[in-house]
Amino acid sequence: MNLAQLGLLEQSIFVLVALALFLSFVLLSQARLTTMIHVFAWQGFLLALLTAIVAALGDNPHLYISALLTFLLKVLLIPAMLHRLIRRLELERHQERLQKQALVMMAGAALVIFSYWVVLPITHMELAHIRNVVSLSLAIVQLGMLLMVARRQVVAQVIGFMSMENGLFLAAVAATAGMPLVVELGIAFDVLVAAVLFGVFFFHIRDSIDTLDVDQLTRLSEEER
Amino acid sequence: MNALYVMLGLPAVGAILFVAIHNTRLAGWLNIGVSAASLAASVLLAWAVMQQGSLHNDNFLVDSFNIYLLVLTTFVGLTTAIFSRPYMQHVCEEGRCSTVRMRLYHSMFQSFMFTMLLALSTNNLGVLWVTVEGATLATVMLVSIYRTPEAVEAAWKYFILCGVGIAQALFGTILLYFAAQHVLVNPEEGLNWLTLQQHSAELSPTVMAIAFVFLLVGYGTKIGLVPLHQWLPDAHSEGPTPMSAMLSGLLLNIALYAVIRVKMLTDSSLAATQHPHMAGHLLMGFGLISFLIAGLFLHRQRDIKRLFSYSSIEHMGLATFAFGIGGPLATFAALLHMLVHSLTKSSIFITVGHATHIAGTQNIEHIRGLIRTQPTVGWGLLFGVAAIAGFPPFGIFTSEFLLLNATMQSWPWLSVLLLIGLGIAFAGLFRHLHPMVYGATPEGQSAVKVNMIPVAIQLLLVIWIGLAMPAFLAGWLDQAVQLISGKGLL
Amino acid sequence: MADLLNPVDWLLALLQVLLFALAAPLLAAWVKRIKSRLQNRRGPSLLQPYRDLRKLFRKEARVANSASPLFRAAPYVVFSATLIAASTVPLLAVHLPTAILADVIVLVGFLALARFFLALAGMDVGSAFGGMGASREMLISALAEPAMLMAIFTLTMSAHSTNLSSVIQHVLDSGLLLRPSFLFALLALLLVAVAETGRIPIDNPATHLELTMVHEAMILEYSGRHLALMEWAAQIKLLLYGVLISNIFLPWGMAQQLEPLPLLIGLAAIAGKLMLLGVVLAVSETLVAKMRLFRVPAYLNLAFLLGLLGMLSHVILEVGV
Repeated sequence: MNLAQLGLLEQSIFVLVALALFLSFVLLSQARLTTMIHVFAWQGFLLALLTAIVAALGDNPHLYISALLTFLLKVLLIPAMLHRLIRRLELERHQERLQKQALVMMAGAALVIFSYWVVLPITHMELAHIRNVVSLSLAIVQLGMLLMVARRQVVAQVIGFMSMENGLFLAAVAATAGMPLVVELGIAFDVLVAAVLFGVFFFHIRDSIDTLDVDQLTRLSEEER
Repeated sequence: MNALYVMLGLPAVGAILFVAIHNTRLAGWLNIGVSAASLAASVLLAWAVMQQGSLHNDNFLVDSFNIYLLVLTTFVGLTTAIFSRPYMQHVCEEGRCSTVRMRLYHSMFQSFMFTMLLALSTNNLGVLWVTVEGATLATVMLVSIYRTPEAVEAAWKYFILCGVGIAQALFGTILLYFAAQHVLVNPEEGLNWLTLQQHSAELSPTVMAIAFVFLLVGYGTKIGLVPLHQWLPDAHSEGPTPMSAMLSGLLLNIALYAVIRVKMLTDSSLAATQHPHMAGHLLMGFGLISFLIAGLFLHRQRDIKRLFSYSSIEHMGLATFAFGIGGPLATFAALLHMLVHSLTKSSIFITVGHATHIAGTQNIEHIRGLIRTQPTVGWGLLFGVAAIAGFPPFGIFTSEFLLLNATMQSWPWLSVLLLIGLGIAFAGLFRHLHPMVYGATPEGQSAVKVNMIPVAIQLLLVIWIGLAMPAFLAGWLDQAVQLISGKGLL
Repeated sequence: MADLLNPVDWLLALLQVLLFALAAPLLAAWVKRIKSRLQNRRGPSLLQPYRDLRKLFRKEARVANSASPLFRAAPYVVFSATLIAASTVPLLAVHLPTAILADVIVLVGFLALARFFLALAGMDVGSAFGGMGASREMLISALAEPAMLMAIFTLTMSAHSTNLSSVIQHVLDSGLLLRPSFLFALLALLLVAVAETGRIPIDNPATHLELTMVHEAMILEYSGRHLALMEWAAQIKLLLYGVLISNIFLPWGMAQQLEPLPLLIGLAAIAGKLMLLGVVLAVSETLVAKMRLFRVPAYLNLAFLLGLLGMLSHVILEVGV
């Protein structure tokens, strides 16, 4: 495949996807919650932009709706909610101690390679570059998971969860020009409900165990109590 | 079709209605009413399906595979609603749950029913994903309803693990849609199950294989397959008991249902490749591991609800394994197993709910001598556990026996593992059961107000299925077997 | 490719090296001036570094009692290694006879040689500051070098060559392409360049604060012409990175034939690009505060990560069959 055969707009899709991947890494290495939320919003912005470009390229008017939806939900609403939450939880200046930072980053790079390897067998499709974008979006999903595993702070975990969602959305837009509208609305609704629930949970967790550190969530395990 | 809309509409309306009803007693009765009406609608629907074969349009699909699950879901929904009314009232009297939370509880109860029924009856794999995720969201609030640190922790684990898992399933769904778009005339229909089934042989095998792995991991988290099961015992043990009954009896089935639907597509897509049974082998592996490991974990449980949630993992593993073997006999066994396990497990959880109220704790060591304090509960637990452990004449014996037969035919060596696993699980259950039922009664333990009618009905049904399976049920299951494995048993 | 034995071409190559050496103080002055303007000061004249160098060359070079011959030799080694490194970087024209030398690995090697002697010289006298500076410098370079190589390998992978001239030719031939890998490589190289040339936020060339200085600590014992050579080498290094970045990522305007007009256009183009880059550097130095030394590894890890991502996105997005 040759990049030069594609138009500038198609090339810009690659750049946006690569930047979104980079932002996932930034999320992984960022200790400050406020900055994480900003980065998450930027990732959402890249996604909305990319959706709009795909809509313009493929003449998919319904993608404009999901671009707008993404923009409203992931750039404005959810970051605003998270900001409000951490203000109310008095976590604005919270800075997490990152553990095994270099190891996590290397694991992240390994996950990118793993994601590529997973989708590599899809060779017969005429559009190889779509497959490549899918592999990067899978990588974003896996990085979101890694973030949730590596972080002990519940707000950071939620951001990981949401960025995982971003990766899935990216895969849907890149691979199949979006899902059918019913499904897309359903997913957006689920994300919104999940975001609200997360907010409720922050307070529950803080009220019941006085901290938002997941390491304190150890009452339930198979070990002897 | 109208019966379907009524069946789906009732819980949806109920979910909104219960937010507004402040009277807890009234809400409890209304909850039973709504559930009973849904059951009636689903029976009508089943009648229609029996007369005309499958019903479908662009959005909904009711065929022989999901109709029995629909009836089962509404039925267990009703019995749980009957049980939950006095149970939750008792909880309220203990002061563990305020009126506001009771409104939430009833509303979420019906939302949960709605999402499950929609998941079963939808014709769209994307909507299936949305509703399974919706069911998670509905139950998260229910798991944490007591607001104890343990409950909040369990709900958080449940939320995060299932969220992560289900995200993998969405990725699988996207890949499936991707594969479908390249073969369908109208790519917009790429998630429509009936359309997909017609074109399943043309779907790209490589994409389908990858998609299936993601879907299995995703929905497998919800089934509780080892090693993705961590959330399940926590959520079951810390949530209110009616919730445990529904999670165990219904939600796990729905996740398995989703996997099987996808497996049907994958099998037909992979038929011409070198690994035509990849999907089946994966299911067998996951199922067997879940079955054996959960059986071992039964032995070291101290919490009665955790004990039975591990038993759920074990039985879902068994059903997954059976679907993995494929072929008419094993598929029949799997479908039957899903049915009898749901009935038995929900009745066990109902009994366990009463038993914990009698003893005032969920700790197995402090639940003693139930049969003397309250014979109905003691006998109920005894029969329930006998049924779940696979004693004849209960239905689980039948399904496990059929499964063993199928395994002997195709994978004789694995039947040894199955027998060992059944033995381990049996011992694990009974070493805990015996002192709970027969042990010395602690001082001051007194009977509570119980309603054992649902338990009795469910256990009688399980015996009925075990002794003499009604012809219409056998017919349904056989049609479903035909649908899934391509040829009928009877 | 130019004829290897053509004396005119060799003369041009020599002139280019001379131009490199002569223009280096100008870039440093330009950055300083922009920075002063941003801070509402008038700032020194653009010729000030030349005056400083002249003054230092005239002064007597004093050497400490404890210094070994290495201490005296180091400035010459450092200066010539940096200058040879500079000679491998195409400045005005893509193809010069030195193009066969213009290999990125050679370039990195010469820079490493210069740094090695710089660090040795810093430790030679045995003063506390020199040793401290040398150890910090080695820490930074040990982390910066892999990042730089990673970024450069990304470029060379798309061009299928480690030769700078071929890389530039490849970029010129393929026209305007939005390559994610180049974007990452550019960012990585910018970060590395800032670290390697000792600018804010890694090191501050304008201060002699004991706790923070790196480069200045190593050359603290030097005076006279030795100091002049060291300073000059540092300025050449800054120019070298500037030219490297602007000519690889934005090669447009470079002379493809060795004729007067294209060469003049090339000169104007590179001057413009460097002025722009200088402004960017000055603005970033004004906005960013110097970071604590123990945060430097995180900064350079970021550079390495960018380089790695550049390579991955090259393999995944641009090559993928």
